[in-house]
Formats: sequence, structure tokens, C-alpha cells
Amino acid sequence: MRYHTPSSFEDAARLAAQAQGLTRFLAGGTDVLVQMRAGMVQPDDLIDLKKIPGVGDITRTDEGGWRIGVAVPGAALSAHDALRAEWPGVVEGMDLVGSVQIQGRATLTGNLCNGSPAADSVPGLVAAGATVEITGPEGTRTAPVAEIPAGPGKTSLQAGEVISAILLPPRGAHGGDAYLRFIPRTEMDIAVVGCAVNLRLSGDTVAEAQVALGAVAPVIRLVPEAAEAIIGTTLDEAALQALDAAARAACSPIDDKRGTVAFRTEVAGVLARRAALIAYGRAKGDTA
Amino acid sequence: MAKDEFKEFRLVGTRPDRPDGLDKVTGRARYGADISAPGMLWGAVVRSPHAHARIVSIDTSRAEALEGVKAVVTRADFPTGLTGEDWDLQENTMAGERALYDGHAVAAVAATSKLRAEEAARLIDVTYEVLPHVIDVDDAIKPDAPVIREGAADATVPEGMPPNVVRYMEFGHGNVEAGFAEADLVREGHYKTEATHQGYIEPHACLGQLGGDGKGEMWVCTQGQWFIRKMCAGVLGLDAAQLRVTPSEIGGGFGGKTTIFMEPLSLALSRKAGGKPVKIVMTRSEVLRATGPTASASMDVRIGMKKDGTLTAARAEFRMQGGAFPGSPVDMALYCAFAPYKLDHVAHVGYDVLANRPKCAAYRAPGSPMGAFAVESLIDEMCRELGLDPMEVRLKNAVREGDRASYGPKFASIGLVETLEATRAHPNLAEPLGPNQGRGVASGYWFNHNGETSVSLAISEDGTAQVSIGTPDIGGSRASIALMTAETLGIPYEDVRVNVVETGALGVNEPTHGSRATFASGKAAVLAAGQAITEMCRRAAAEWGIEPEAVEWVDGAAQPAGPNAGKFPPMSIAEIAGKMGETGGPISGHHESVPEGVGASFGCHVVDVEVDPETGRVTILRYLVVQDAGRAIHPAYVEGQYQGGAAQGIGWALNEAYIYDDKGRLQNPVFLDYRVPVASDLPMIDTVIVEVPNPGHPYGVRGVGETGITPPLPAIANAIQDATGARLRALPMNPPAVLAALKAARGA
Ligand SMILES: Cc1cc2nc3c(=O)[nH]c(=O)nc-3n(C[C@H](O)[C@H](O)[C@H](O)COP(=O)(O)OP(=O)(O)OC[C@H]3O[C@@H](n4cnc5c(N)ncnc54)[C@H](O)[C@@H]3O)c2cc1C
Repeated sequence: MRYHTPSSFEDAARLAAQAQGLTRFLAGGTDVLVQMRAGMVQPDDLIDLKKIPGVGDITRTDEGGWRIGVAVPGAALSAHDALRAEWPGVVEGMDLVGSVQIQGRATLTGNLCNGSPAADSVPGLVAAGATVEITGPEGTRTAPVAEIPAGPGKTSLQAGEVISAILLPPRGAHGGDAYLRFIPRTEMDIAVVGCAVNLRLSGDTVAEAQVALGAVAPVIRLVPEAAEAIIGTTLDEAALQALDAAARAACSPIDDKRGTVAFRTEVAGVLARRAALIAYGRAKGDTA
Repeated sequence: MAKDEFKEFRLVGTRPDRPDGLDKVTGRARYGADISAPGMLWGAVVRSPHAHARIVSIDTSRAEALEGVKAVVTRADFPTGLTGEDWDLQENTMAGERALYDGHAVAAVAATSKLRAEEAARLIDVTYEVLPHVIDVDDAIKPDAPVIREGAADATVPEGMPPNVVRYMEFGHGNVEAGFAEADLVREGHYKTEATHQGYIEPHACLGQLGGDGKGEMWVCTQGQWFIRKMCAGVLGLDAAQLRVTPSEIGGGFGGKTTIFMEPLSLALSRKAGGKPVKIVMTRSEVLRATGPTASASMDVRIGMKKDGTLTAARAEFRMQGGAFPGSPVDMALYCAFAPYKLDHVAHVGYDVLANRPKCAAYRAPGSPMGAFAVESLIDEMCRELGLDPMEVRLKNAVREGDRASYGPKFASIGLVETLEATRAHPNLAEPLGPNQGRGVASGYWFNHNGETSVSLAISEDGTAQVSIGTPDIGGSRASIALMTAETLGIPYEDVRVNVVETGALGVNEPTHGSRATFASGKAAVLAAGQAITEMCRRAAAEWGIEPEAVEWVDGAAQPAGPNAGKFPPMSIAEIAGKMGETGGPISGHHESVPEGVGASFGCHVVDVEVDPETGRVTILRYLVVQDAGRAIHPAYVEGQYQGGAAQGIGWALNEAYIYDDKGRLQNPVFLDYRVPVASDLPMIDTVIVEVPNPGHPYGVRGVGETGITPPLPAIANAIQDATGARLRALPMNPPAVLAALKAARGA
């Protein structure tokens, strides 16, 4: 195995493009190193991104959103008061990953690019309408986070492409987001179902909404029908029931060691309702 | 030894720091994997990916050709002709003609580095012919189930039983049919429990060295160094005395480290590699795939009760699989199942069944939690049906000293009634419950084992004392034994050092199992201290020129016993020890026996749960353990045992399970998916130590380590019914299972 420490994303992309065998980027390493130790992955080239200047920074974009470096660990997101105040759902999704030790290393980008349908930070990013900046042999492009997952363990990134930042849009007024996952324990577990809701209010009425579900399909995805179920409502009981039904209808999960089809489907509806209520409260100014 | 119940002790019952505490919190303590030796090789094990397969061929040539590989062993490197448990152990250590479960070892390599050894293991080509397999106990007992092993049944199995039944038992007393006829309510239930792993934090690790001369050494994480010696010698055909086994510090065992797994492989590899030491450290997934879980169980229970709660008769039929080898604890499960109840009519039937799963090992009160799940659940259901208070029913039927136990013998001194009364008086029972919350109670029982025990004590020149014990310290026994020794000698706790020693240093000791270390090694240490005291009194008497009988030992010093003995100032232990060379040489004490006077322990747990009606998730709100300790030598460690037992039981009840795919491959061999409780899942577990001293022990000790895992399984099931009306009769009671039961209950 060859271990590389490029000092720019262009170099990282070039190294990746030239590599012949199996290539992995190394952000926090909490997936890659564990997979290597377990004998699941033996990369020929391991490209460490942490030596690239700026990868640990969280900065305001000109539009008023956020640019999050690819090596920013979960602990740094949680400690960033302004980011957490604007996107509590995104931050709480990442904060659920692993333990204190894992939080010191694990990144949003790694969580996204590991390609797990159960990745905890991804539904929040998808519901928030986040995008990624991608550096490749052909230069730089951006793409919605929602377009990156391509099935368990797979992404839509081309060979030689590396994500160089995660971009969150401006929060704007009267918005709120939330992420909930279901696990049988209280921590150190993989989501059996995950659900993020991001919405904006006009008075008491939901004006805009995005609902994203995790662990109930091969990829984490937006569920427009679920969003439509609550847009134009005040999240009354009928709206919540419609949301529950739409979330369940969007599920195509598998039976596995972590949960059954029936259970995942039912709980997706429950979490959608509960996450929507939290997001709604936050849009109204709740700080919890 | 005479014992005064009201005597105040100087040290017994206090809570000093544990002697191994600083080493453990600073990382200085040496665990199994911390031991290395010059010239050491690393071992790696090739394991079957199939639940059941004939081993057609093993080609080791590619591995042997790899640079740095020093030895490869297969079953061909082991002696043949073994029988009984020796054969079972050998077969489990290394598969012979067939791999019997996913994870069964089929070959092993030793190389100059860990990575090299792992690489070489991947280069060993094993050709398998996959055979039909069976996992579930109820499937395994079917007449047409795949046969795990022809001729494995012992003489207890009647003609015509299904082929995987290898042991059969029936016992009881009275006439159950007559007893059921006396009842106002007779109910029966079918219950199932999953196999669970002991889940110790430290994976198995050893460093073995064996020369061509048959002399060997081993450093190993174990609960019993003599068991390792005996079993390795048996499997490899060595003379036991030529093998010297030193135990490391141990990061948990819970029964799972009372047997061998890869230890003989390290010795076999070492011998083949010219006597170089070979270290093997298991990964967590090897631990989960190939080391001892407990059994899974399928159980039918029938109980008769009068309207006032009096039990009239009970019958249990248990089927347990303990993997591909005989030895599931179905017998112990039956012995304990009805132990808390006075029953004139009781019948037990048990089947030990083979399946394609790892060979079960002891796990904290082996069998008792399963039996309790069935019996304590059914009693709770019947109390509900008759509108009776489950605490009152337990008290009404509680066994007392002199009663005949459900499993036969008469109970000696026991503290069940005192335990139930202390439970009933606890404030947790008065806590109000909110919506979706419920409370459950259950009792549990476990024995106290004695076993071969040998302890030596030596007085140092400065009057401090050193105790050599053969039972590894898992739960704080060094602290307890130091307290008892210091109490007996009349010296400070800090003046006693207790060492767990290697097999060359003492007579044979059984492992730390059966809740026996503080009872058995503790009793032997007290008796050894008594011998040393006798000798010190003799030395003082000689100096004073009086009869030894005229000297008594008080507060760490010899003194004349009464005015007639003469007038001499007390002679302290330091003084006597300081001149041991001139007065007759070393002063020591020794005791070895299978100590009599074991004291069994009953417990009662009360749990409050909240059930999320939409997801089936169970949260433990409050948890109370009340248990008879006889006497708590170091109460903090007794509480630790109570809490630890409850924590493991909660995991077993709620989420732990072996998940196999349709090919019989274990799907969750990592802690991520083998869901033991994490710290944040549990509330602080409340404890009450009841003390009904055991007259068979100089300080009244009972075994306390195991009973605590027994009540949680039914207590939680009972609490879930109280909260929701839904009764779960199978484990684990994980969210999908609870949600399904809630829906069924709502639909009904
Ligand atoms: C004990 C433990 C608990 C965990 N708990 C959770 C949990 O609760 N929820 C959860 O979702 N996950 C969990 N994980 C998984 C893991 O921690 C997360 O997925 C984490 O966010 C991965 O981030 P990382 O920076 O460590 O990724 P890495 O391991 O460094 O990389 C992961 C993948 O992303 C690719 N990659 C990394 N950076 C880039 C880039 N810039 N461009 C393109 N590809 C890239 C790598 O090639 C690799 O395939 C847990 C892991 C452990 C070990």
C-alpha cells in the first residue's frame, strides 16, 4: 500500500486519477481504518487529505451559508455555536456518530462518501439542500449532496474526483431542521431508521419543507411526497398522519440483522412525525 | 469455626481501595495480550466459513512458502485416540473431519509478525463440502434434523430419541398430577431464550511455548490456570506437570474463560517452530464466532396455584442446545428453576441437544437465567390472573432453612425470606408510575461452589503477610481476601499482599467459577492465617518459657492468655517475624481442601420500565437488586457483582442475540451489532445487601457473583406486561418484538 499526503485537492485528484488499483481517501479514517483492520478493504493507494491547507476550517460563504472543510471532525461542528444555531438538525446528525473518541476524527464528508444507507449526517445534509464542491481531473464542479449516494458503499463520484468542501445554503428566517434516528440502544449503534426534516414557516404554516429518510432504501433520499404532506399545514394531526403515511410509502428497506422491513417502515413514519414537530418548534424559535 | 453474628469487625465490611486499582487505572496492569517474549512469533487461526461442512482437503503449501512463516498446524499435528471431554476439547480446538460451526478452527499458522501470520492464514486453501446444518434448538431436536455427530449420546438417552439429543434427565418428587388437581388455577407456557455471549471486554490472548522435550510454559488470560494446564495437556498429550501456566490480569470472564480455545494451538505451533514462543490474540469477531456463548433454550412450564397464591405443583421440560458438543447447562437450569419455591410436587425433564453453533461455555449462573425466565414469567402471569401481589405470592411460597429444595436436598441456612422482606420494604416499590410505565419483580437463585482449593500464606521479616492464591481475581477477590487475612492476623489491610500465582506454586486449584473465590480461597486463607498464628504463638511461648496453649493472639500480637499464664508484654507480629531466623525459620500457613460449608444465594429484582408505544423501545427507568451475601467482606465489590449481573441480564433480556443467516453464518460478530447495553442505556442500579451469614464460612461469606444475572430476564418481561398488557415469552425483547407484541395485544 502507498500512503500519500498531497498538499492540494488538485494533487489529490491527480494521484487518484493515476492510481491503478483500489484507492481510498483518508479523512478521519473511522471507516477506512476500521475496514482495513477488519480485512474488508486493502487499498493500494491511501490518500490522506488532512495535510491540505484549510480542510479543518468552517467559514461563512459570500451568500451567507457555510463552507465546511473535509477534515472537520464532528466535535468541531458541535462546538461551532453559529453553525449549530442555524442548522441544528445537520449538527445533531453528525453528533450522533460514534462516541467521544470517534467524534474527534469522523467527518461529514467521510460519512457521505462511505456510502452507507444508514449514515447519520447525510439525511440532515440532504434535507438542508447542501451541496458538495468536487475537485477532479477536469477541474471543479458542485453537486447536491442528494446526488452523491449511489447504493450501499457506492458514490456517484468519478475516478479521480475528490470532495473538496461541503456547502450549506444560507439558513434564512423562520427555518428549522431536525434529525432523529432509531437505534435499540442509546448510542454506539447504527441507525435502523433515520429521518431529517427541514422546513420554513410563514406564520404558523409550513411554507417549504424537505424530508429525507435514511436506512430504509439503498440510498438516503428526499421524499417529496412527505414534504408535500405538510406544506401548507400547521402540522395538525391530519398533516402528521399524512406525513407518516407518505414516509412509510417511500420505504423499500431490507430485512437484516438491524431491523425488519415491517419495523423499519412503521418507525420511519413515527420518526418523520417526531422530527417534523421538532423542526417546527425550532422554526418557531425553540432552541432545544 | 465459631462465629458470633453480632461481632463487630475491624476490617470486614469496610471499603478500602482495591490493591490492583492503581495498576488498572494507569494501564500498568498486564493483561493477556500485554505479555511478550524474545523471539516471539504471532499465531493466526483459519476458521470455517460454513456452519457444517466436511473438510475435503487443506493445502498449506502457499502459506508455508511465505517468508516469515515458521509453522503451520492442522488436526494432523494433534494426538489421536482421545475420548470424552478431552476429545470434545480437541475437536473444538481444531476441527477434524468436519467443521461443526461458523468460526470453527481448521488450521493455524505462526509467523514473525501479526500481519504476516494473518496473510499466511489467508493463503491456506481449505476445500469444504458443505453439509446441511441446524441452528435453532427446536429444529435440532426434530427426528429428521441434520445429524451433528453419530454416537454422541450418553447412556442417559433412551432408545428412539431424536439423533441430536445427547443427554436426557428426569427428576422430581411428589405426584405432580395430584398437585395440579389441588390447584384452583393451572397454567402452562412456552418460553424461548437466545444464546448470549459473556461479552468480556478482554478478548482471549495467550503466549505459549513448548519444546521438543515436552516442557512448556504459558501466559494466558484465564479464570483458571490449572484448567488450562489440564486441558492443554489432555489435548496435546503432554504431562501436566511439565506445563507451567501463569495467569495474566483478566478483563472479565463470566465463566467463558474456564476452558480452552486457541491455547493448545499456540503450544502446537511453538513446538513445530522449534520452541519459539507463539502469541495468539483473538479479535472480537473470533471471540463471538468461536468462544463460549451460553445455550439457547426452549422451555415448557406448568404450574398449579390456589386462589390464595399457594403453589401446589410444578413441572418443567427444558430443551437446550449448547453448540456442536454435549454440555448445555440444562441440568443446572432445571435445578434452579423452582428453587425459590416450596413445592411438594415437582417434576423436571431435560434434553441436551446438539446444533451447529459454537461449544457453549459457562456463563454466570449457567442455565439459571433461562429457567427463571420461564418460571418467573408464568408465576407473574398467574398472579395477574388471580389478582395477587407477586411479592406476597413469592413470600408465601418461599423456601426456608430445612425445606426440601425443588432439586432434592434440604436447604441449609438461606436468606430468601429476608431478601423478599427487604425488597418489599424498599422505597423503589412506592415510586409512582406514569403512562406506558410498568413494574416487574422476579426472584433468582444460584449455588456456591467449593472445588479444589490450595492457599499459602507467608509472614515476611517485617511482619507483613503475603498470600498466594490460585483463583484469578476477576471481581475484587484480592481485596476481599486481604481484608479477611488482615482481620484474622490483626494487622492493617495494607500489610497484606495477595498474589494470584502460577501452577508451579500451589496445589491444584479450580478456576474462579461457581461464585467460589471469596468463599473458597477466602476460607483457605483464613485457615492458613490461623496456622501462622498458632506458629507465632508457639514462638512467643518458647521465648517466654510457657506452654503454647497459654498464649493467645489478640490485635496482631501474642499475649499470655490470662493472669495464670505469666506476666509478659504482648509480642507483636513484627517482633516475632523479625527474629524468625533465630526462632525456627520461616513462618507460614497453608490450607488445601475442597472447603465444606458452601452458602447459596437468593436474590430478588424490581425493575421499572417505560415502553415507547410507537417503536417498542424499552427504557429501564429504575432497577433494584436485593440479594443475600451472607456477609459482604468488601461491600463495594458485592454491589459491583449485583450491578454487573443485572446489567448483563438486561442486555440478554432486551437486545443481545446471535443472528444467523440461512447458511448458518453469524451475522453480528462485532459489538456494533451484538448489542450489549452501553453505559448510557442503564440507570444507576440500586442495591441492597442482605446479610444472613453462612455458618459454613469463618466470616459468613456466600457466593454472590452469579445470582444477579438470573432475575432480570423475567423481571423485565413482567414489567413490560405491566406497562403495556403485552406478554413476551421469547428473548430478546427488542423493539421489533415488543412492537409486534403491542400490536397483537391491541388487536386482541
Ligand atoms: C465506533 C464507531 C461508531 C460509529 N458510529 C456511527 C454512527 O453512529 N453513525 C454513522 O453514520 N457512522 C458511524 N460510524 C462510521 C464513521 O465514523 C462515519 O461514517 C464517519 O463519518 C466517517 O468519516 P471519516 O472522516 O472517519 O471517514 P474515512 O474513514 O476517512 O473515509 C470514509 C470514506 O469516505 C471516502 N472519503 C473520505 N473523504 C473523502 C473526500 N474528501 N472525497 C471523496 N471521498 C472521501 C474514503 O475514501 C472512504 O471510503 C462509526 C464508526 C465507528 C468506528
